[in-house]
Amino acid sequence: MTAAVFFGCTFIAFGPAVSLFLFTIAREPLRVIFLIAGAFFWLVSLLLASLVWFISVQISNKESASQQKGLLIFGVVLSVLLQETFRFAYYKLLKKANEGLLALSQEETMPISIRQLAYVSGLGFGFMSGAFSVVNILADSVGPGTIGIHGDSQHYFLSSAFMTMAIILLHMFWGVVFFDGCEKQRWLAVAAVVISHLVVSCLTFQNPQYISSLVPTYIIMFSMGIWAFYTAGGSLRNLKLCLTCKDKDFLLANHRPR
Amino acid sequence: MLVQAGFSRQTRPGGGGLDQEAEPEDEEEELPLKYGAKHVIMLFVPVTLCMVVVVATIKSVSFYSEKTTQQLIYTPFTEDTPNVGRRLLNSVLNTIIMISVIVVMTILLVVLYKYRCYKFIHGWLILSSLMLLFWFSFMYLGEVFKTYNVAVDYPTVAMIIWNFGAVGMVCIHWKGPLQLQQAYLILISALMALVFIKYLPEWSAWVILGAISIYDLVAVLSPKGPLRMLVETAQERNEPIFPALIYSSAMMWTVTMATPADAQHSEIVSDEEAELNGRRAQPQSRQPRSIPEDELEEERGVKLGLGDFIFYSVLVGKAAATGGDWNTTLACFVAILI
Repeated sequence: MTAAVFFGCTFIAFGPAVSLFLFTIAREPLRVIFLIAGAFFWLVSLLLASLVWFISVQISNKESASQQKGLLIFGVVLSVLLQETFRFAYYKLLKKANEGLLALSQEETMPISIRQLAYVSGLGFGFMSGAFSVVNILADSVGPGTIGIHGDSQHYFLSSAFMTMAIILLHMFWGVVFFDGCEKQRWLAVAAVVISHLVVSCLTFQNPQYISSLVPTYIIMFSMGIWAFYTAGGSLRNLKLCLTCKDKDFLLANHRPR
Repeated sequence: MLVQAGFSRQTRPGGGGLDQEAEPEDEEEELPLKYGAKHVIMLFVPVTLCMVVVVATIKSVSFYSEKTTQQLIYTPFTEDTPNVGRRLLNSVLNTIIMISVIVVMTILLVVLYKYRCYKFIHGWLILSSLMLLFWFSFMYLGEVFKTYNVAVDYPTVAMIIWNFGAVGMVCIHWKGPLQLQQAYLILISALMALVFIKYLPEWSAWVILGAISIYDLVAVLSPKGPLRMLVETAQERNEPIFPALIYSSAMMWTVTMATPADAQHSEIVSDEEAELNGRRAQPQSRQPRSIPEDELEEERGVKLGLGDFIFYSVLVGKAAATGGDWNTTLACFVAILI
């Protein structure tokens, strides 16, 4: 049973992300590098947030439960804000790097476009964020034991896995929308990303009642997904062409007959 | 970590090939970026594999993360004292001893190389790789069997170890399929790293890791650094530096190279010291060489010193051993890749 839970939860949490990686990123070394750099940026933001939280916990009153809960909420909000700040910092860095690349390059086009960078960096953030959320839980799910034997919820592992999947995909969508908002100076989009990130993170405070945290998260995920799709240039027409295998560019690129 | 990406200089028949010689300076900076990305990825894979092997072993075979009172002779000062200050002092002293051993060994290696004592160097390398391939892997196999409670008789073990070791020696010191050679290099780096993780006391390990990075920078960048001299001598003589101490992602075939046959064959990891010494990757010059190699197909992959593999694996392994937490390990892994 434990192996089944382990594999099941791993595939639920990381399935979409890993398949996205394998099909779109693994072949291009430049994208892989930017993915790992994105993951690193997320890691640094987490480091800073955890430093602040750690210090504040040390100087706080360890007995009072409400103060600890308050500190936790503070920690979560701070972490979200720092993550988004680092996303912005990564965007600035990438813009600078792109300019440098363009200046040096013989060709007129850049080797990687800012939209691809948005996708890749969002996925990098997502991978790291998801990994940090769920890896310890997965490690525990292999070992002997029964979940919730003391009366807690039985669905802990499963709902953690679903939450992680949502977060990874959300980070990717946020990345796309955020970068696009920064490019076009549409600060409303940027604010929407930050606010929705805050909302999703705060929803997890509902947590032993998984329905109330998971369902809204998924609704937000789907809407962000649709927004990101339109931002990246998709449309219903494109989608139809793609799904019925009639998209000429795609076919040409893959040398397939119609 | 110094990684230099060579670029493939294939001249296509018909003269349509890239003529690297005529390109201006700034475009050369851009080319490594295109080729460099691919080569960086080619290095990610073996480094990742080595780290995965080390972490998997640490997490499953408890032998390597058990506390032991035995220590390497290179770190004589014990860390068992309850006094924090004394422990810190001991670890710093251990580090100083270890680093001086490494420096002495590097200088010895450089001097031997300069005076063309190839036989001595090869003997040394062969002895070390013998020890690694046979003795350490025997220990490792024994511990794995103990962990999984598998009873195996001595003749079977003897045959396994003999085959493993013999093929390893041939592959590393002579010729062999590239992937097999790479696999062996990864395996012995992992074995080496495991030995370090077990026998280096904790604080010493972290201080040593820090000191080695600094030594790294000094030894390679400063003009009097021993490793720089090693590389320059090798370049003057137009020989590859002990491809043995270096992991390379592609074979190098240069027919016009007039090197002594032995220099081509010395491969792989040696002693702890020599390994840590041979850590530098061959800084291949980015200037196009004016060697008439137009007829040859020369594809240079990226090279990375094996000491770097070991260094990174020790880092990640220590993180995995000390914290039970996977987050720490993961964080170290990403940081190293960056």
